[in-house]
Amino acid sequence: MMDFIIGHYNYWIVIVLMMVGLYTVISRGNLIKKIIGLNIFQVSVFFLYISLGTVEGGAAPIIAEGVKVYSNPLPHVLILTAIVVGVATTALALALVVRIKESYSTIEEDEIHNLDHSL
Amino acid sequence: MLSHISLLLVVVPLISAPVVAILPRGRLPWAVAFIVAASCAVLAGVQLWAVLHEGTISYELGGWAPPWGIEYRIDAVNAFVALIVATIAAITLPYALLSAEREIPEDKIPLFYSAMLLCLTGLLGITQTGDIFNVFVFLEISSLASYALISLGRQRQAFTAAYQYLIMGTIGATFYLIGVGLIYSQTGTLNMQDLATILPDVLHLNTVETGFAFIIVGIALKLAMFPLHLWLPNAYTYAPSVVTVFLAATATKVAVYVLLRILFTVFPQGFAVTTPADELFIVAGIAGIITASVSAIYQENIKRLLAYSSVAQVGYMVLGIGFASATGLTAALVHLFNHALMKGALFMAVGAIVYRVGACRMEQIHGLGRAMPWTFGAIVIGGLSLIGVPGTAGFISKWYLVVAALEQQAWISVAVILSGSLLAVVYVGKMIEALYFKPVADAGKAVSEAPILLLLPTWALVLANVYFGLDTDLTVGVAEKAAAILVGVQP
Repeated sequence: MMDFIIGHYNYWIVIVLMMVGLYTVISRGNLIKKIIGLNIFQVSVFFLYISLGTVEGGAAPIIAEGVKVYSNPLPHVLILTAIVVGVATTALALALVVRIKESYSTIEEDEIHNLDHSL
Repeated sequence: MLSHISLLLVVVPLISAPVVAILPRGRLPWAVAFIVAASCAVLAGVQLWAVLHEGTISYELGGWAPPWGIEYRIDAVNAFVALIVATIAAITLPYALLSAEREIPEDKIPLFYSAMLLCLTGLLGITQTGDIFNVFVFLEISSLASYALISLGRQRQAFTAAYQYLIMGTIGATFYLIGVGLIYSQTGTLNMQDLATILPDVLHLNTVETGFAFIIVGIALKLAMFPLHLWLPNAYTYAPSVVTVFLAATATKVAVYVLLRILFTVFPQGFAVTTPADELFIVAGIAGIITASVSAIYQENIKRLLAYSSVAQVGYMVLGIGFASATGLTAALVHLFNHALMKGALFMAVGAIVYRVGACRMEQIHGLGRAMPWTFGAIVIGGLSLIGVPGTAGFISKWYLVVAALEQQAWISVAVILSGSLLAVVYVGKMIEALYFKPVADAGKAVSEAPILLLLPTWALVLANVYFGLDTDLTVGVAEKAAAILVGVQP
């Protein structure tokens, strides 16, 4: 049992981060905090992919003399793409928050909701 | 040359997007964007013709043989969807010229067309690719572009709508990504064809089932399947009119296509039936049709009314997919095409009203039908098609859907499909009542008919609604072939 928990520690981190991120997105009313939650959620997926690609005792996937076992580079490359997508999403989300702040003078979800419905 | 079409469909809009962004203000960016969209439509037409006559096209990106390289694999299913997307883009762009000049700040116009082209790139890319990770990348390209496009709306609610869509859309895409990762961990491949051969051996593993669940939920968010549709009404209501036209007619359709691919090509035939996904689709479809149609009746904003109707129409497609039969899939694909026509026409007509009046709340459009007879006519015919009156495209899709439901003796579904049409009568009637039978709200303000450049694309789609309601060779013929490919029987 202990072996199962310790042996899969990276997956436990993934699960915890994923839940923390999703919970933050759902529970926080502050638009910036939501983005932070979204980022944590995405990072957990990066960890998941990086864990998948790792081969026990494998070296970095660069051909060198005397190395027999390499890690699988494909998930790492995939997640590099996903990181870029995540950066673009965060940038766009922050830009939207700036515009929301300019037109509502607040970034609290409930206050924005009240402003829209008091018109 | 012919073999490169599948790649050109993605590369041409992708490369022209940054070019359009740096063009000077004025009408040049529009002209370039229109030429690109029109050539994409022609290419997609040639591609569909080639696929129907010469069979599946397989294009190896960069000469890397699949499954190592990315493969673009085109059969009747995605050639059909690509043609819908590219044609709608080519019809929307002439409409965009005036509508965007009215609704979008002048200095943003080149960037607006650039984002439109990027959105088109993403949507076409999803249809072309045969690699499930590549789907994620194109999904995000189209999504990021559409968040930016929605935020261009004139009201400040556009920003919150775009933000809300961004959060939901990113969660959906990330769910899809998790699913792809889990499936890759058990199969070691991302190529759809390769997955189709490897997956049957590993289906019993929890990891694969979990991956399947993540992918389905992720795509369900993107296609606004009830109850994951909450982002859609706001996004469609506050986006600029032309963006609403384009997204309503294409974005959810492409998500439906991805769902079909995952369910029927990547995972083996019949796998979905062994999971709760199948019943889930039927339940979500039924619930979506009823609740969204009822919500549509109570809307006071025409655009929001049509947005809720879109959620209901997605319900019909999901229901067709849930039947998992050749007829059900044919119905879903035909409705995918027809709904693009009717919602395109309706949102264009509403955009024409916004162009003239600057608003689309019920009390502000009273009596406008008399002042704008052509726009009003488009709403009437589009509305009839939405209801499913014989002689319009909507009738054909409802017909096939009912046939598919009868085949499985799903009486509740039959009742729901028919009552969904009755509910559509109510909300379409509400629009027509406001536009025609109510006295003009502000008698002093003379409203004239929309400009011809807005009416032409609108009526092109309206006439298509009538044409495809009478001649079903193209739609049903191709959809039947596509459905046969998906369920794995030869036509």
